[in-house]
Amino acid sequence: MSLRAVYVVWLRELIKFWREKARIVTSLVQPAVWLFVMGKGLSGFVHLHGPFSGSYTAFMLPGVMGMTVLFASIFSSVSIIWDRDFGFLKEMLVAPVPRSALVFGKILSGATVAMIQGTLVLIFSPFVGVQLSFTGVLEAMGTMFLLSLSLSGLGIAVATRMTSMQGFQLVMNFLLMPMYFLSGAIYPLQGLPTWMSAIARIDPLAYGVDALKWALIRFHQFSLSVDYAVLVGLAVVFTLIATSLFKMEG
Amino acid sequence: MTNRVMIEARGLVKRYGDFTAVKGIELEVQEGEIFGFLGPNGAGKSTTIKMLTTISRLTDGLARVAGHDVTRETDEVRSSLGIVFQDPTLDIGLTAWENLYLHGLLYGLASTEIRERADAVLAMMELQERRKDLVKTFSGGMKRRLEIARGLMHRPKVLFLDEPTVGLDPQTRARIWDYVKTLRDENGLTIFMTTHYMDEAEHCDRIAIMDQGEIIALDTPDNLKRSVGNDVITLQTANDAQAIAALAANFSITARSVQGGVQFDAEDGETFLPQLLARNLFHVTSLNLRKPTLDDVFMLLTGRTIREEDLGARDQMREAFRQRGNRR
Ligand SMILES: Nc1ncnc2c1ncn2[C@@H]1O[C@H](COP(=O)(O)OP(=O)(O)O)[C@@H](O)[C@H]1O
Ligand SMILES: [Mg+2]
Repeated sequence: MSLRAVYVVWLRELIKFWREKARIVTSLVQPAVWLFVMGKGLSGFVHLHGPFSGSYTAFMLPGVMGMTVLFASIFSSVSIIWDRDFGFLKEMLVAPVPRSALVFGKILSGATVAMIQGTLVLIFSPFVGVQLSFTGVLEAMGTMFLLSLSLSGLGIAVATRMTSMQGFQLVMNFLLMPMYFLSGAIYPLQGLPTWMSAIARIDPLAYGVDALKWALIRFHQFSLSVDYAVLVGLAVVFTLIATSLFKMEG
Repeated sequence: MTNRVMIEARGLVKRYGDFTAVKGIELEVQEGEIFGFLGPNGAGKSTTIKMLTTISRLTDGLARVAGHDVTRETDEVRSSLGIVFQDPTLDIGLTAWENLYLHGLLYGLASTEIRERADAVLAMMELQERRKDLVKTFSGGMKRRLEIARGLMHRPKVLFLDEPTVGLDPQTRARIWDYVKTLRDENGLTIFMTTHYMDEAEHCDRIAIMDQGEIIALDTPDNLKRSVGNDVITLQTANDAQAIAALAANFSITARSVQGGVQFDAEDGETFLPQLLARNLFHVTSLNLRKPTLDDVFMLLTGRTIREEDLGARDQMREAFRQRGNRR
């Protein structure tokens, strides 16, 4: 019964995602700008030393995918505020299903959509010099799904505490950009000032980006088991927090 | 019809901080009844509905819907009720059919049953042609009908309608009332609805008049109106003095002379007037029969009247608050 409810919430989001194909295409604009405007522009004078020998744009690809997952996850968790303001949430709250099913459904649909959007970024790989392998792509997809579970959970947890869309955007702007920059997406996390590496250590995105780098360009800075342990742990913790905060509402 | 109690409230209280929105309501609604909640904005109608439908916790008291306790048997209560909230809750980014389909799934219907029910409720609400259209393209009246259709998908025993006709044009309002009566007559559905339109409340079998969190009167519309007083008849005659004398002599009625002619009270104006005219005691040039309205009832009980323009302004404020995210 509650699995059905999870499925209903998930299905609703996916129908709407699929219906807005324009949104799918525009979601590729931002990654393209980062890869080709930032990446190509910087690659002239960025010299990566250390174990990674590929081009700078190749280095950026997994990071840009991580960014896509980050924004897609947060964007989908915002919809819970939208549902509340426009009433659809009530239709679900008065149904004979547990509230936690609604949160799980939201998180799962957020992760599915984020994974699809992140995977689409791979169409740029031939232009940035990344050779794809089948297992690499599968690994990347799994990583993105896992990463998005925790980011969606985090987004929903913050959203339940917010009374308006504006407030949510404000909080997220303070959070998202630093999370992205300190994730190792655009520069390797080495030789940084201590305070920066300390923050990077508590950035969930850093672990996702690290695992994505391993999947796609065979380069990593943390140990992979740490990456996955952190991602799984955060997914569980944020889902639990989101669920309990959501239950307290109303 | 059996005399089953479908909705029961005992000492129902809802407090928001220091403010008590609902102050110990008592009511019983029988199966197959159309029960109306009438009162100005802020009376506590929606809050009561929210408690009866498990959306909002009771501060105190007890409530049962379809025989189940709203606090302890939440899922049973939820399965047996359908609801149309005051504010729209459709997903406008989905089609009519998708809204119904997801609702069916949410209530645990099997796919074949969902298809059957969706067809039936769409037909009933005359929306078959628009089933594949996105709800954002619907008019206000169509959205309301679709919401009612959705509320009926899982064959509820009790249907709650919170201001179902507010903001709709008179024809659409009349149609929605037709549907509601059909549902009661053909399916024996129990209907609990709120309104602040006096004229609409007349359609209900029984009405509870609510003000400031309390039920101040509860009876059939006719009884309520009778409690206010008699019908008022005003006659224009060729000779008022003669008419007053004739009324006193033949019917022992004390009529008064007013601006528009001769005025007096009668218990049952519709039957009295033909009798009077048949006697041909004096020449009547025009007549006016005014029956007491529920407005008069509200006026008598509270000393105030429900003025529609006030409601408009308050509704707008409420809307503005809602937009700003002042919720619950
Ligand atoms: N979440 C809430 N917090 C504080 N006050 C509330 C809340 N919800 C409703 N109220 C107040 O309770 C009263 C009754 O509201 P409501 O039930 O919506 O009235 P009605 O539906 O009869 O117009 C109003 O004064 C309203 O402001
Ligand atoms: Mg209301």
